[in-house]
Amino acid sequence: MDTSDELLLDIQHLHTAFRVHDHFYDAVDDISLTLHKNEILALVGESGSGKSTLATSIIGLHNPRNTKVTGDIMYNELNLVGLNEALFNRIRGNDIGMIFQDPLSALNPLMRIGEQIAESLVYHTKLNEKEREARVLQLLEQVGIPDPPLTAHQYPHELSGGMRQRVMIAIAIACKPPIIIADEPTTALDVTIQAQILDLLEDIQKEIGSGILLITHDLGVVAETADTVAVMYSGQIVEQGSVYQVFEHPLHPYTRSLLRSMPQADSDDEELHVIQGTVPSLVNMQRTGDRFAPRIPWMPASSHEEHPVLHEVEPGHLVRCTCYKTFYFPDEKEAAAAGAPQNANEGE
Amino acid sequence: MWKTILRRVILMIPQIIILSLFIFLLAKMMPGDPFTGLITPNTSPSQIAKLRQEAGLNNPWYVQYVSWVGRAFHGDFGMSYAMQRPVTEIIGERAVNTLYLAILSVIITYVIAIPFGVWAGRYEGTWIDTSIQFYNFISMSTPSFVVYLLAIAAFGFGLKWFPTSGSVSVSASGFFGIIASRIYHIILPSILIGILTNASTVQYLRSGIVDNKLEDYVKTARSKGVPERVVFNRHILRNSLLPIAAFFGNVITGLLGGAIFAETIFSYPGMGKLFIDSVNGRDYSVMTALVLLYGILTLLGNLLSDIIMSIVDPRIRID
Amino acid sequence: MSLIEIKDLNIHYPIRSGFFNRITDYVYAVDGINFDIEEGETYGLIGESGSGKSTTGKAIVGLEKVTSGQILYNGQDVTNRHERKKIKYNKDVQMIFQDSMSSLNPRKRIEDIIAEPIRNFESMTDTEERDRVKELLDIVGMPSDSIYKYPHEFSGGQRQRIGVARAVATHPKLIVADEPVSALDLSVQAQVLNFMKQIQKEFNISYLFISHDLGVVKHMCRNLAIMHRGRLVEVGTREDIYNNPQHIYTKRLLAAIPKVNPSGREADKAHRREVEREFQDHQDKWYDKDGKVFPLQQITATHSVALPPDEVTQIKSEVG
Ligand SMILES: Nc1ncnc2c1ncn2[C@@H]1O[C@H](COP(=O)(O)OP(=O)(O)OP(=O)(O)O)[C@@H](O)[C@H]1O
Ligand SMILES: Nc1ncnc2c1ncn2[C@@H]1O[C@H](COP(=O)(O)OP(=O)(O)OP(=O)(O)O)[C@@H](O)[C@H]1O
Ligand SMILES: [Mg+2]
Ligand SMILES: [Mg+2]
Repeated sequence: MDTSDELLLDIQHLHTAFRVHDHFYDAVDDISLTLHKNEILALVGESGSGKSTLATSIIGLHNPRNTKVTGDIMYNELNLVGLNEALFNRIRGNDIGMIFQDPLSALNPLMRIGEQIAESLVYHTKLNEKEREARVLQLLEQVGIPDPPLTAHQYPHELSGGMRQRVMIAIAIACKPPIIIADEPTTALDVTIQAQILDLLEDIQKEIGSGILLITHDLGVVAETADTVAVMYSGQIVEQGSVYQVFEHPLHPYTRSLLRSMPQADSDDEELHVIQGTVPSLVNMQRTGDRFAPRIPWMPASSHEEHPVLHEVEPGHLVRCTCYKTFYFPDEKEAAAAGAPQNANEGE
Repeated sequence: MWKTILRRVILMIPQIIILSLFIFLLAKMMPGDPFTGLITPNTSPSQIAKLRQEAGLNNPWYVQYVSWVGRAFHGDFGMSYAMQRPVTEIIGERAVNTLYLAILSVIITYVIAIPFGVWAGRYEGTWIDTSIQFYNFISMSTPSFVVYLLAIAAFGFGLKWFPTSGSVSVSASGFFGIIASRIYHIILPSILIGILTNASTVQYLRSGIVDNKLEDYVKTARSKGVPERVVFNRHILRNSLLPIAAFFGNVITGLLGGAIFAETIFSYPGMGKLFIDSVNGRDYSVMTALVLLYGILTLLGNLLSDIIMSIVDPRIRID
Repeated sequence: MSLIEIKDLNIHYPIRSGFFNRITDYVYAVDGINFDIEEGETYGLIGESGSGKSTTGKAIVGLEKVTSGQILYNGQDVTNRHERKKIKYNKDVQMIFQDSMSSLNPRKRIEDIIAEPIRNFESMTDTEERDRVKELLDIVGMPSDSIYKYPHEFSGGQRQRIGVARAVATHPKLIVADEPVSALDLSVQAQVLNFMKQIQKEFNISYLFISHDLGVVKHMCRNLAIMHRGRLVEVGTREDIYNNPQHIYTKRLLAAIPKVNPSGREADKAHRREVEREFQDHQDKWYDKDGKVFPLQQITATHSVALPPDEVTQIKSEVG
């Protein structure tokens, strides 16, 4: 990606709150993000951190009866927050394509694959039925389906998981949308299929130049595909930067803990790092101070900011709270005592 | 698919044989026989015994069973002792009457149930949903015969809007005249059946819609920019109608069995009334024929449901 | 003698069709596999979806009917139920399932869930039993008041630990762990894996660790087998498989693991595409004419590969 690429989405101070027992709780709490043309922005974080909530807010699919979305999501001078449905329907599918985690449940079991792909063409293009059919076959071909005319006539249950996810991608790119949101597109697939699907996404991106918001909790997937990364915890971004910044100089304690708990790191018989405690639920979430503080209890309260904000430690590399400066893992006590914060501010 | 249907039909044969044996033995065990009712102080026991002998009632049960099945196989269920006419003929007549009633009640049932189910599901949790649920609750908990009795008293005997018995009036003439008279006779009972028996359909549809609304593929449809109205009709509603379609086979055959209460109270000469009459009159030949017929209808209803299911749901294949 | 020896295990599911619903073909879910698990070790079984891993695991705990072949436990044949019963095999061999939510009965309290295998195999008084359950909960690091709760009151990681507690309740010798962490987040996964290792050390338990995540398997297992289309394509130590893979399928599986190293990613990707191309182009070389995996050939003392017959001598000379 080139930073001079055209800005597609500009999210500013987004809050998305769900109603639980007549109270609204922010599942997305003041998130600001940008997505450019040709960029793959990865959103990582554990279950319940608010990744899907953010994606659903962008495409405007929250039920207004129990959800409150505030802030701005600017797309082409248009604020998607509070946009009226008729206008939004012209954007959904046409300007924003969406890929879901479980391709079996995301496809209508009673409709033929061809029909499901053609559906978005009906509402966003002037193609007639013949032309739509041709376009469907072309799309199936593009996503690597071996026999497009056959598959177009099949039903979702007749396809394998990998094929279904290809179909989902075909649906998402049918109108060549400038923005693609992929919510855990490979979580339900095994590694070889995952690799194929990720390659496919990248190829497609090269071809149509979309910006992709890739949601995942697999750090390997992020390191292999993303240009930029935003790490989410409890509804907030705790660290953000280019994929090199975040993986080669991770700063926030949460990012560092996650990387440390991966079994891949060439250690073999050692114990894996465990993050103490659990991800808090929406209702029980602590909303003052550093939200990650309870999970690193050995760090003194003084190391945290009272109202943690994102600090730009390097151009484009943002970290929440100042605790990263002194953070150490319990088994690194000596290093910390020597006053040498790990990794921090090494600069580049 | 035809092969599978044929196989299913062939597999029904042993089921039907077991059923017929069961029915036959049950009828044998009932106290009394068709001649019990004929006994008056004037009939001599020897006369009755002679009749019994002629009817084959003194043979061992299996001889009686085999001859009954043999004749039944040729469509001969014997004579109705009460009406002194061939059972097949009586059932044939009654079946036509029941068919009229069944068709109209099914239409009315669905005409009411489908919109109600759709509204309740679509506007789940609103006053519309609550009112429909309340109506369902009332219609399920009210004994149907009470409603029939009240209705016949009010609209039949009281206001005299509708006839109170029979299936066609004797004075009707001409093809259309007869049809019109028939419809006139079934309007009130079929409306009442329609109003009182749609609760399960409404509930199926409602919960189907409520569940399907949350499915991922509905989100996918919305994410394509499909207008909400189309999302509802094409994705949510179509998928929610599946169980209703599947149930249709059983509904149809259920109604063909006759609406026992409605036919009896409206003195409508259909299968349901015939059944009640045959039980009361110990008319075993009619009764056994009817029970056997109901059994076969149930089996066919299940098969019909499976066939419908395999047509409307591509995930289900019956081959 | 190994703890478990699997000898030429076959599990075929019949496919029925035609007018008389006769068996017309079989799904060769498990198609002649051999491997041994030693006491106290973690043996890895890896493969893509549908390769027959779960079927193998279920056969070992006796949940799947074996078509042919043998399962030996301490040298004793436990292939059929009668023999398993005689030596209380079902007490010694337990299973942890992938989906902790659906494998725990939602209407039972944790106490009853964990105590179930104890009740099946041991006679204890109520207080003894309760103490044992509390002890087990303590082993898996859960507060003892959990016994009164129901599965839905716990998070995914906690439920998986309850599954582990249930599996270790009868002091088993072997636990078949079918994708025990696939559904879990990283930090929870770390918790469960650490914990499995810890109880292994403490009680000398063996695991059959089924997974499609090669990173996790590498962390857990000394010996492993790669499974594809119901057969084993490569068997060896961790070093054999990860540092010296021979079968194209193994190479492809290894190349597909995303690495947490953004600066090497272009090279990784190029390598992956190259392996994929070879896999696609030379399928007929690596599989027999029916698309089946060749029989395993031993190339070193620890390493066996399902090589096409003519490759064997060549590779043997290279390696040896
Ligand atoms: N409709 C809803 N009503 C109430 N709470 C909700 C709703 N949807 C999500 N939440 C809560 O909001 C928080 C964020 O959920 P979200 O689905 O965005 O997480 P996620 O990061 O996508 O996690 P996962 O990896 O499990 O998909 C969670 O605590 C979740 O329980
Ligand atoms: N009861 C069954 N009847 C027929 N076929 C079956 C049955 N159970 C499994 N199979 C088939 O056997 C093969 C192996 O299945 P198995 O569940 O062992 O795969 P797996 O390796 O565990 O895959 P996954 O990673 O998806 O769990 C598959 O092709 C599956 O469809
Ligand atoms: Mg999510
Ligand atoms: Mg499995």
